[in-house]
Amino acid sequence: MTDTAREPPPLHTDFHEVEDGEDLFPESPAAQQPQPASLPALDISTNSNGPKQDSLMDDDPEDLFAGATEEVSLDSPERDVLLSDGPSPAITPITPPTSVIAPRIGHAHDDMFTHSSFDEIEEEEGGDSFDVHISVSDPEKVGDGMNAYMAYKVSTKTSLSVFKQRDFSVKRRFSDFLGLHSKLASKYLHIGYIVPPAPEKSIVGMTKVKVGKEDQSSNEFVEKRRSALERYLMRTVKHPILLKDPDVLQFLENSELPRAVNTQALSSAGILRMVNKAADAVNKMTIKMNESDAWFEEKQQHFENLDVQLRKLHASVESLVCHRKELSVNTAQFAKSAAMLGNSEDHTALSRALSQLAEVEEKIDQLHQDQANADFYLFSELLGDYVRLITAVKGVFDHRIKTWQKWQDSQVLLLKKREAEAKLQFTNKPDKLQQAKDEIKELEGKVQQGERDFEQISKIIRKEVGRFEKERVKDFKTIIVKYLESLVQTQQQLIKYWEAFLPEAKAIS
Amino acid sequence: MFLIISLRERTRSGSASATKRDQHHVIFFLIIISRDLVTLSTSCHQPFAAMMQEGLDDGPDFLSEEDRGPRAMNVDLEMDATLQVDISDALSERDKVKFTVHTKSTLPNFKQNEFSVVRQHEEFIWLHDSFIENEDYAGYIIPPAPPRPDFDASREKLQKLGEGEGSMTKEEFTKMKQELEAEYLAIFKKTVAMHEVFLCRVAAHPVLRKDLNFHVFLEYNQDLSVRGKNKKEKLEDFFKNVVKSADGVLVAGVKDVDDFFEHEKTFLLEYHNRVKDASAKCDRMIRSHKNAADDMNRIASSLYTLGTQDSMDLCKFFLKVSELFDKTRKVEARVAADEDLKLADLLKYYLRESQAAKDLLYRRSRALVDYENANKGLDKARAKNRDVLQAETSQQLCCHKFEKISESAKQELIDFKTRRVAAFRKNLVELAELELKHAKGNLQLLQSCVGVLNSNT
Repeated sequence: MTDTAREPPPLHTDFHEVEDGEDLFPESPAAQQPQPASLPALDISTNSNGPKQDSLMDDDPEDLFAGATEEVSLDSPERDVLLSDGPSPAITPITPPTSVIAPRIGHAHDDMFTHSSFDEIEEEEGGDSFDVHISVSDPEKVGDGMNAYMAYKVSTKTSLSVFKQRDFSVKRRFSDFLGLHSKLASKYLHIGYIVPPAPEKSIVGMTKVKVGKEDQSSNEFVEKRRSALERYLMRTVKHPILLKDPDVLQFLENSELPRAVNTQALSSAGILRMVNKAADAVNKMTIKMNESDAWFEEKQQHFENLDVQLRKLHASVESLVCHRKELSVNTAQFAKSAAMLGNSEDHTALSRALSQLAEVEEKIDQLHQDQANADFYLFSELLGDYVRLITAVKGVFDHRIKTWQKWQDSQVLLLKKREAEAKLQFTNKPDKLQQAKDEIKELEGKVQQGERDFEQISKIIRKEVGRFEKERVKDFKTIIVKYLESLVQTQQQLIKYWEAFLPEAKAIS
Repeated sequence: MFLIISLRERTRSGSASATKRDQHHVIFFLIIISRDLVTLSTSCHQPFAAMMQEGLDDGPDFLSEEDRGPRAMNVDLEMDATLQVDISDALSERDKVKFTVHTKSTLPNFKQNEFSVVRQHEEFIWLHDSFIENEDYAGYIIPPAPPRPDFDASREKLQKLGEGEGSMTKEEFTKMKQELEAEYLAIFKKTVAMHEVFLCRVAAHPVLRKDLNFHVFLEYNQDLSVRGKNKKEKLEDFFKNVVKSADGVLVAGVKDVDDFFEHEKTFLLEYHNRVKDASAKCDRMIRSHKNAADDMNRIASSLYTLGTQDSMDLCKFFLKVSELFDKTRKVEARVAADEDLKLADLLKYYLRESQAAKDLLYRRSRALVDYENANKGLDKARAKNRDVLQAETSQQLCCHKFEKISESAKQELIDFKTRRVAAFRKNLVELAELELKHAKGNLQLLQSCVGVLNSNT
């Protein structure tokens, strides 16, 4: 896993080096690490896409693909669609600010399509701008009473060729999202991919909406949920493997989706889930793994610490949101009171000034309300999302331990069987001996598989953690800067309001 | 003149745990700058003297405030003798505050020209009550008594902080301690200011300043041995208040012939209620503001911890944001404190003053009713031709009293209005200026931080 230096090369070298890189592609995916000279080529092509895609090409491109070809059931028709596409399109105007500009590789791209190995599909994605923009909007209530639900419009705008269209939307309900997540989790979590967790269920919130209360709190609940669903989908498609998963594609594209009943809390599947969770928790306590790789131990510790700190920060930010909302309410009340005071004041200039004060305070209360919303949607939800994500990350680490356990178990079993076979050698039971030998062969295969699985999951986790950390850094930086900018705006508005008031106050004679 | 006072605040503690608690006692160093010596113009324009002009500074350090020597503004057109009163110094002990009242006077009835005495809150109340009970002062707005110094909330918080010391990081603890100290200081300054305002108003009033009790208060350097009211007296007071308010209702029904007073009556009634409402809402608003600032404090600490623990990419980022939150929080706390000073205190003060004005009107109405009753009595006596002289004298007395009150009340109420308008103007202007100053400061902090963060990524 060599990290070669990547400095953005000048334009012309791009094409040149990509030509070089092309020679790589005929190699089988399982081939060894390409020569260092070629690595820059891969890197460059992705480099121009910014840091996000670097992680794809980061360490072992081949391994990534190897893993992918196991899991992701990309049917060939899809791939054909992929391969027959023209050159990657220009940047669409909807490119979100964090995504990247199309590479300068331009027409050299075409040649890449003629290769069938999976890596160039990755390459192409890297070559594309990461151009998927999903928005969840227009929540509308469907049905009535306790069977009612909120349907959300999921709109996708993309130029990626893995999708059938450029701009499309579907209607989904909350349980659909949960269903998607449970499918992805069952497919990928135990192999080590960090699957973003879905937003949480809220029985109370939903009931209020179902019952039809059209008040502030239920509106806020719907808005909160809508925003959370949007972030969830964006995180999911940002993951390069998940993006290509047919379930995800189906979710985004199909107009009708089979109802995901297993996500209901009280269903049999739900109860089974709870039982499994409890069993897992017990297992976690009993498995003692001798960690040979310090990296994992260090990372695990890092995530533990992060978890604690983020939770604490999240609690403080939630408290801030609460107090700011309170401040907004109290300011509004004060504004009304000041207006009344102004009315009863019989000195005309003072009366006018007091009314102005009341107006200023009223505007300020709206400002506080907006700021509280920014506090919440930008800062607090960011932290909440990451607290949940880290739980997923910890889950992935736990799966690794389970894999290790399985491997160890089969090793122990193999040993026992070998001993049993050795014993059988002395007795005169040829068929039992044969049976024992067969079992041993089977177990040996299992042990090997177990070891491979363990290696695999370890590798994947390393990559995933790298990608996750990059995402995290980027997320935190962009969102917190956005939040600070909202604070800047608030202060600017405040200044405007008070500047307007000052001459009024001075005018009191 | 500058006086450095140290107040030692011991948390309430039993003797058993005294040694342990001693570790938690906080020492405040207070530098109180001598106040502007208040003028003697009949309208005291500055109920809140300049001591708190700048709002809270960082920590209890006031040397930065401008030198306030005695302002030579005692342009007194009416009298030739001057009387300047101020509170030069204050000491906070466990459960009481001792004020040093400093007087400078050229009035003949004082033994010296300049002297100081130490007074406690109860003695201020005694003085105020003596004014209220004095019949001669019925026609004046008696300056409202200063509220009792109330450090309880602050003390509780300090105690809780001491107990919770183990559970927070060192930085958090020091930060919260500083916050509490600042809060304590603010309350302390406020109570000193309010006591001073009371004395200044009395000293400024042409009639009240001559009161004998006032002179005793200013000069007598032994303990006035004014005890707080015992239970019986408090009960008496309570009944008196009940009777008074019932009477007030009766008396308020009496229509006044004089338009001026009729107008004032309706105005004051409504105004008083509105001010009460505004004052309560203002307090709530400011409390929310303080809570939000506290939250920012905690956010800053959490970000700091994150910054020290996290990966290289983020740690600088977090540290910078943590620093920003810390600074922003200070500004927000200052905003809340300034709002408290300029707005909340103003409203509270005028709540009390408007009550005093209402009391004046009540007394006048009472006198009017008495006068009318005396008139009726006189008519009756004349009709029966019995005790006429007695009725006549009593009627004359009532008439005289009523007219005296009416006359002075009119002037007092006009002065009240002038004072009120001036005070509101001053405070609203200062409030707006301070809000602007803080918002601009905050904006600059935020913009520079965003700039740094954007250039780093």
